[in-house]
Amino acid sequence: MAINWFKYAAPTTFYGLAGKLVPWFAISAAILFAIGLYIGFAVAPTDAQQGEFYRIMFIHVPASILSMFLYLVMAGYAALGLIFNTRLSAMMASAIAPTGALFAFISLWSGALWGKPMWGAWWLWDARLTSELILFFLYLGFIALHASIDDPRRADRAAALLAIVGSVNVPIIYFSVKWWNTLHQGSTIKFSGTSMHISMQHALFTMLAACWLYSIAVVLARVRSIILERERNTTWINELPEVRS
Amino acid sequence: MKKSTMLDLLVLVIKRDLVLAMRRRADVLTTLIFFVMVVSLFPLGVGPELDMLRKMAPGVLWVAALLASMLSLGRLFSADYLDGTLEQMMLAPQSLSMLVLGKMTAHWMVSGLPLVLMAPVLGLQFDMTVQALGVLIVGLMLGTPVLSMLGAIGAALTLGLRGGGVLLSLLVLPLCIPVLIFGTGAVEAISSGLSIASHLSLLGALLVMALVFTPWVTAQALRISME
Repeated sequence: MAINWFKYAAPTTFYGLAGKLVPWFAISAAILFAIGLYIGFAVAPTDAQQGEFYRIMFIHVPASILSMFLYLVMAGYAALGLIFNTRLSAMMASAIAPTGALFAFISLWSGALWGKPMWGAWWLWDARLTSELILFFLYLGFIALHASIDDPRRADRAAALLAIVGSVNVPIIYFSVKWWNTLHQGSTIKFSGTSMHISMQHALFTMLAACWLYSIAVVLARVRSIILERERNTTWINELPEVRS
Repeated sequence: MKKSTMLDLLVLVIKRDLVLAMRRRADVLTTLIFFVMVVSLFPLGVGPELDMLRKMAPGVLWVAALLASMLSLGRLFSADYLDGTLEQMMLAPQSLSMLVLGKMTAHWMVSGLPLVLMAPVLGLQFDMTVQALGVLIVGLMLGTPVLSMLGAIGAALTLGLRGGGVLLSLLVLPLCIPVLIFGTGAVEAISSGLSIASHLSLLGALLVMALVFTPWVTAQALRISME
């Protein structure tokens, strides 16, 4: 049986698929958030050095990881849209941007709340904090550029180019800031193994999975709205039951 | 008739843009005056202690140079866009990247080079040592072209948009951060007796990378903006 890989590359078919998937991702995200928070707050032991404060990690670390990954995913979709001229890729890129910016902001905010009891300061000009802040600016630039161009096709292409330039620049910015100043603790989870307690790991990975599922659910819901908005003059949109009623 | 090479084209575009800039000297001077004013405001803001000023000097000069280069970026393509020259350039059989590189070079000669030449005078106001001033100038020589080239991408993307100037800074400033870090890092290194080679080599590497990629990216951005 030949599978048509590109069936869901068209907004027409993807709209329905996304609509079916959103509840599944949203519900599993909610369940995993509940489990993750329960393990994080009730099961995981108190840290020897940081006391109870370390528990902010369970939201801080997933948010930071996602803010970075989502930028790459966004740039990937943007590149696909620019190269193959597919409408849906560009819509996906602009649907991911607000969620990525949100996670960058949560990461900065929770980092500040964590920094105050640990380092005695809300903000330090440390390498990771600074590069996260710059990542946040890059997201804002993408959103602002997209918003200020009226023609959606031009907006897609211009913002896509910016996202690609940004993703080339992200490693350069990261290393330049890293050499500039380093205070942030290194990552505890390494591929060679970890010194972390097993229940802390469980909580962290559950929260990470929950954040992933949440992002997918939100991005799919947002891309549905973008499809509705952009294709509002087409017949298939006007024949949709939710539009007709 | 001699066949025109890429280099002839480059020289031609640079000459043309320089002539245009010289016809409107006020624009060039405004950037330079802005640079001088921003730098002079800092001692008024933070106090006249020479120790502190000496420490701040590289950062202040670099940030002011960064802002001043943003100021003139809006004009990089807009005049040519408005009178249709840019469209003709894109229709020309020659490589658009080369034309763009020419415009970037001219932009740097008009708005970057004067800042580099002005910087030592301002550095003296901040009581910088001769050694530190030398490193600052080398850093600015390597770094300001990168600012012009990265800025050109932003200028091409925001061509003809409302509120283009502010948006342009929002897009370009985060991308310029590595230049700022290595530029000021070199001066701080020489002041504390460390080697400056790594900072300046990295600045050089950024310059080479920008030279290779940014003209092409800017050309693509212009194509997007002009269609």
